[in-house]
Amino acid sequence: MNLITLTPLDLAVAAVLVVTLAATSYRLRLGVERDLIIATARTFIQLLLIGMVLKVLFENTNLLWVSLMAAVMLAAAGREVMVRQQRRFLGWWGYGLGTMSMFISSFTVTLLVLFTIIGAEPWYTPQYAIPLLGMMLGNTMNGVALGLDRLTQSAWQQRAVIESRLMLGDDSNTAIGEIAREATRIGMIPIINAMAAAGIVSLPGMMTGQILAGAPPLEAVKYQILIMCTITIGTGFATIAAVRIGARHLFDERQRLRLDRLRKPAPGA
Amino acid sequence: MSQLRLASLAVHNLGPIDLELAAHDCVALSGRSGSGKSLLLRAIADLEPHTGEVFLDGVACASVAPWQWRSQVCLLPAESQWWYPSVGEHFRQLDAGWLEQLGFEAEVLDWEVSRCSTGERQRLALLRLLSRRPLALLLDEPTANLDPESAARVEALIESYRRAEGAPVIWVSHDRAQGQRVATRHYVLSTGQLREASS
Repeated sequence: MNLITLTPLDLAVAAVLVVTLAATSYRLRLGVERDLIIATARTFIQLLLIGMVLKVLFENTNLLWVSLMAAVMLAAAGREVMVRQQRRFLGWWGYGLGTMSMFISSFTVTLLVLFTIIGAEPWYTPQYAIPLLGMMLGNTMNGVALGLDRLTQSAWQQRAVIESRLMLGDDSNTAIGEIAREATRIGMIPIINAMAAAGIVSLPGMMTGQILAGAPPLEAVKYQILIMCTITIGTGFATIAAVRIGARHLFDERQRLRLDRLRKPAPGA
Repeated sequence: MSQLRLASLAVHNLGPIDLELAAHDCVALSGRSGSGKSLLLRAIADLEPHTGEVFLDGVACASVAPWQWRSQVCLLPAESQWWYPSVGEHFRQLDAGWLEQLGFEAEVLDWEVSRCSTGERQRLALLRLLSRRPLALLLDEPTANLDPESAARVEALIESYRRAEGAPVIWVSHDRAQGQRVATRHYVLSTGQLREASS
């Protein structure tokens, strides 16, 4: 392994370059310099913190700590899904719907991979469990957020059409069928595109990181294939579940379209 | 042959409203805009959460599946909606005589919806509704965008459907003369209550 260790100075150079970009943004009055600086600072702080947490976690293989870490990651992903939706469901549904779908899908697929494919001893060995779950949640989150956002936005825009179909005696599943299918597709397209372009247009980030960290390319590639398949499975099933459950919750027990269950978007958002 | 009965129907600040329609009955409903005429029709079709009950031939709305209720007590909204590209895709089966009665040729089913005028869409929406053979009709200004000749054709078609099927009709209209032509009784909705208007 010819791992070239990065020094704090190396990272400082990268930081200075980001500041240069921020200065350019200021001069061109793009108005993104503030967000850019904050986002960069967050990257530094969050990743360094998680690095330290992982270091401790890897040194003590303990199911309780791994579970706690997984719960925190899920909670953060759930919050991210919620805030990315303009017209999310009011109350607990706004948070619970996305979080529950991700939980069911991501955790099932991660456990399946840990047990049947990787087979580390013990199965919850944090070096495998945590990064795998992280990749799963990160991508599943995108699919679920995109799918739900599309579902609620379309239902809002096409409420007259949905209700017209109800008036003609369609059941709620039929009335929202096309909207729900479209929303599910929208949620799944990015990951399908990523698989199709993998290796040709872009070298996936995880693989790049492994190769830079000194792993043999073919080993990195094998893991990348495994990861891409699993996140596609996880994203697909989570998006399907979230959109289906969400579509059902847009109607009440008498199959009336209940858009009053959605939050109105903040003005200017 | 069906009867429609509203029993203490209340929705938002409307009602409670009691109303009974025998088979063949046609009730005209008028009232200022914002008085809740459309809301009342939506509640009867069970599209709005409400209290009280609506009965069709003595069967309560709450006791049948919602889609079944709405395919029997059919609401024609003031603005028609279309979701497939061509007109024909919205129809299951259609009585060719009806098309003719509203002044359409059979080719209308191949037309693209986007090329139909508002008035054409409104008349086609009525045909779409009637082709599902509803037992009771809730009509929200069915002739609002029509020229007098088309309006007369629509009135005649609804009249013949009502007589042939014995279907009760609630007809929202701003046009007092139309109300007198088509309806057996006339009600005004104001401050949330129905009042029978003297004709």
